[in-house]
Amino acid sequence: MADPMKIRANVVGDTTEVKVLMSHEMETGQRKDAQGKTIPAWHIQTVNATWNGKTVLSAQWGPAVAKNPFLSFKFKGGAKGDKVQITWTDTRGDTRTDEATIG
Amino acid sequence: MDSKRRDMLKTGGGLTLLSLVAAAGWLKPGDGWAAEWNKAAFDTKSMDETLKTIGATTPAQSKDITFFSTPDIAENGAVVPIGITSAIPKTESIAILVEKNPNMLTAVFDIPPGTEPAISTRVKMGQSSNVYALVKADGKYYVASKEIKVTLGGCGG
Repeated sequence: MADPMKIRANVVGDTTEVKVLMSHEMETGQRKDAQGKTIPAWHIQTVNATWNGKTVLSAQWGPAVAKNPFLSFKFKGGAKGDKVQITWTDTRGDTRTDEATIG
Repeated sequence: MDSKRRDMLKTGGGLTLLSLVAAAGWLKPGDGWAAEWNKAAFDTKSMDETLKTIGATTPAQSKDITFFSTPDIAENGAVVPIGITSAIPKTESIAILVEKNPNMLTAVFDIPPGTEPAISTRVKMGQSSNVYALVKADGKYYVASKEIKVTLGGCGG
């Protein structure tokens, strides 16, 4: 199981800004190990963010997203105390969901 | 999933057309957005190929798409910050494409109504290259590009 994400969500005026730092190797499938064998690709494929159960962002990622991916976005609405939930799924079928409270 | 699509067809009206365009664009019809990873699109090696795979028309150059907090020169190709914002009304999705990476398509972000068409993330770049921001708005495609010079590659092995 991967390490938890760091999620920060702050409301400024009528918009909520969300910043996410995920912990993932994001192996491209292009690199070779010391024996010259290709290291298989292993990266996050889909990301989904919800606020109060409503999807506020969804994404599909390829292997070229940097290791330990960073993501930031803003959505209208949100109040202090509301929950923002982020879920990712990777090429191995691993998935992780973390939640943050809007501050 | 199919039944949902049928409901959509039944409801008719302007919204339906838009939803259908959206469904036919990036995804196979009926799939939820994050439900399935579009392998074919992420395997493509050129802009034309990517556009064809996602069913996009030739995108129009747009000055309404801007890069923010994106460097002109990246010291480390493994971590290149990219920020893209679109001022085009009804922006539905933003995609990042790196021209000289082994596979061009890097990430696709779906922007539901209420979410600002502005995202930022970090990508890997194998070498200096043009980076494209492909925006889909109201069923049409728009593109803007920025050249980023990389002094140290990010796809080394």
